Amino acid sequence: MKRLAVHLLVLCSLSAAVLAQTAQPLAEDPEVEKRLQVLSQELRCLVCQNETLADSRAGLAEDLRREIREQIKAGKSDKEIIAFLTARYGDFVLYRPRVTPTTYLLWFGPFVLLAVGLVVLYRQLKQRRIQIKQQPLTDQDRRRLDELLEANNEKEPA
Amino acid sequence: MTRFLLPLALFVGLVIFLAIGLRRDPHEVPSPLINKPAPAFQLPQLHEQAKTFSPQEIRGKVWLLNVWASWCISCREEHPVLLALARSGEVPLYGLNYKDQRNDAIAWLDELGNPYLLSAADLDGRVGIDWGVYGAPETYLIDRDGVIRFKHIGPLTPAVIQGQLLPLVRNLNK
Repeated sequence: MKRLAVHLLVLCSLSAAVLAQTAQPLAEDPEVEKRLQVLSQELRCLVCQNETLADSRAGLAEDLRREIREQIKAGKSDKEIIAFLTARYGDFVLYRPRVTPTTYLLWFGPFVLLAVGLVVLYRQLKQRRIQIKQQPLTDQDRRRLDELLEANNEKEPA
Repeated sequence: MTRFLLPLALFVGLVIFLAIGLRRDPHEVPSPLINKPAPAFQLPQLHEQAKTFSPQEIRGKVWLLNVWASWCISCREEHPVLLALARSGEVPLYGLNYKDQRNDAIAWLDELGNPYLLSAADLDGRVGIDWGVYGAPETYLIDRDGVIRFKHIGPLTPAVIQGQLLPLVRNLNK
């Protein structure tokens, strides 16, 4: 039992050592890595298109991260780096589409639909209020209704 | 009547819109480099490492740059088409050997035949990034002024060559 415990202990410390090794940062500068992380969350990997550059393990994604890392170290601003990438790969690399005339529909379409929906809803409700107002019977209606019911009762005695 | 026609028209419109969208290949990302000057580079040649190749050297010619690699499966599929194109002598074909091992690449060409006048070796893929390469094979058509006129993503087919590429080449050579 004691031996087993020792074995387990050794095993745990070994795996901890292995984990510690894999968890070591890839690059020396944590500032650079942080900016790279933030920036690459906003960028699309072109090989596996539904992954960000930060998450992708594709060869191209690694190359692009290396490129971005070098540019950060060279003192380029985020804007400059994004301009560098869009000049080569187009706006498609951006996860957040730019607001340009071609993307107006994308950005503002939902609000237009919402406005249309509100107008339709308003008109429907207004119409229904008119219907509700028309419902109460006048005294004349009531008298006529009573007459009709009475006449009916006389025709068909229960 | 319009109560029914209007939603029906909207629905049909939506179906048409989605049908077009679904037929488009999302892997074909339009290149922003079309009608822009081809990015400059100077790389060692694949076969003669001591020599370099730069697009500047063939300024004044209409030419093709084909991005390939020995690890790329679609390149193998494309290869016979490139060999036929090279034999036709319609347009000079240069290769960009992308992120490959030199020995593998040379062995690949020895085995399958070499359609390229020469290949430049982009071993770490940096030139590929400059050209907006995101998968091999890709093919660029560059005009006399060094401007990219056309890009094809994926393997070239006889239909693309006859229907799009060669008419453009002839036009640019006029």
